[in-house]
Amino acid sequence: MSAEIEVKSVGKRFGGGPPVLAEIDLEVRAGEIVSVVGPSGCGKSTLLRILAGLDRKHEGQVLVRGRAVDGPTRTVGFMFQEPRLLPWLSVERNVVFGLDREHKNHGRNGVAELLAKVQLDGSEKLFPRELSGGMMQRTALARALAAKPAVLLLDEPFSALDAFTRMHLQELVLGLWERSQLTMVLVTHEIDEALYLSDRVVVLSERPAQVAEVIPVPIARPRDRREPALLALRGHLLEKLRLAGRKPSPPIEYEI
Amino acid sequence: MRDLRSSLVRLLLGILLPALLLAAWWWSSDVAHYFTENQLPPPERLLSALRELNRQGDYSRHLLASLRRVALGFGAGAGIGLVLGTLVGLSRTLEHIVDPTLQGLRSVPSLAWVPFLLLWLGIDEGPKITLIAIGAFFPVYINLVSGIRQVDRKLVEVGEIFVLNTRERVVEIFLPAAMPYAITGLRIGLGQAWLFLVAAELIASTRGLGFLLIDGQNNLRPDLMLVSILTLALLGKSADSLLRLVESKLLGWSDTFGERR
Repeated sequence: MSAEIEVKSVGKRFGGGPPVLAEIDLEVRAGEIVSVVGPSGCGKSTLLRILAGLDRKHEGQVLVRGRAVDGPTRTVGFMFQEPRLLPWLSVERNVVFGLDREHKNHGRNGVAELLAKVQLDGSEKLFPRELSGGMMQRTALARALAAKPAVLLLDEPFSALDAFTRMHLQELVLGLWERSQLTMVLVTHEIDEALYLSDRVVVLSERPAQVAEVIPVPIARPRDRREPALLALRGHLLEKLRLAGRKPSPPIEYEI
Repeated sequence: MRDLRSSLVRLLLGILLPALLLAAWWWSSDVAHYFTENQLPPPERLLSALRELNRQGDYSRHLLASLRRVALGFGAGAGIGLVLGTLVGLSRTLEHIVDPTLQGLRSVPSLAWVPFLLLWLGIDEGPKITLIAIGAFFPVYINLVSGIRQVDRKLVEVGEIFVLNTRERVVEIFLPAAMPYAITGLRIGLGQAWLFLVAAELIASTRGLGFLLIDGQNNLRPDLMLVSILTLALLGKSADSLLRLVESKLLGWSDTFGERR
């Protein structure tokens, strides 16, 4: 299988500051779900923004389907940590917003279907301020899918939701993934989420972040969250994360 | 039913102060004779003044003349303000070119323009409408520029992710997001338009509410002046209410303290 996303020695520093990412190499195959975990503030989200083309000032190169990324394209969809819906548009029109120009003007077909897929049929006319957090993220998901991306990047999209809603949305995303050829890269700080959803989990180290470990999750779907194999991997991943968080942290100096 | 009742309560609350003022006015002029008729004519004198004015259709003539000037002046000023505000809001370069000059012009008092406007545009409707347009322009312009600058970067990024072109970004993200500011600007601009109307009509005019005011002053007719002042107050309030109605229609989506019902 060919690589859908190729990350080639990507590095990043903000301004003249110390490097946030250093020499990141990664390949994601088509149709694969890859999670990126790491100590908080290690640059996971920065890496995702580079993959999306939102952040273009970096070292190295990112290829999506063999083409160098130099800005956002409609091949790559993005789900932000917050829903970022347009507050002046109804649920339905927010999803229409994701369609390409042609479909926007002609028919808007598929929107009703998408809304049904994320279980928002019946809420089309509501405005974002009338929605719960879960409904907002489902709308954002439908909007992202309306663009028919080949790759979907998810930046901790469920982190602000309660456990019940989060599990529901994970199932939803998995269901949508199974019916499509979508390639997904998910940044998360939830170990269980990473293991439950992914084919591989990438562990980043402390700043400057490097790929510390790539852990395959060779467990067939549908998975059971209590599966022993999953729990064993959980222990392994926790250990790797602990090591990753410890690596090059410089001595702390206090100045008063 | 509840809606109806709450809006009735609101109406009554709003009428409370004017009613008290009217009572005080009536008491001080009619009952206590605290003021002479030339200082403060009693309320009923206004009705007779109004009747007298309207015998020759003068009142409606003044009214329509003023309304027309405000409509044209506000329309032109606010229209230019919306276009220029959008462009300057979006382009830093344009801001550096245009904004210093505009801020300078803004600090010129309205009356300072009058002699030149008369010289350049004659004494007809031109200078009056232009003066009103100047008054309406600045609030619209300034509010819209800062409105566009305040647009949430996170929403702008959504536009990037979905690869919108410039026109789509402006129409689908910047303008709707800046709408609350634009409407505030329009409301202030409309208020300014009425202020500048009177300034324009005080000078070189033969009709309009401002003329009625100056005419009353010159002929020692405080009742005419009060007719003009009350009409201006009523018109200004009605025009603002109309804009607020537009505002509530356009900004029903906003999730803010003001929208809480």
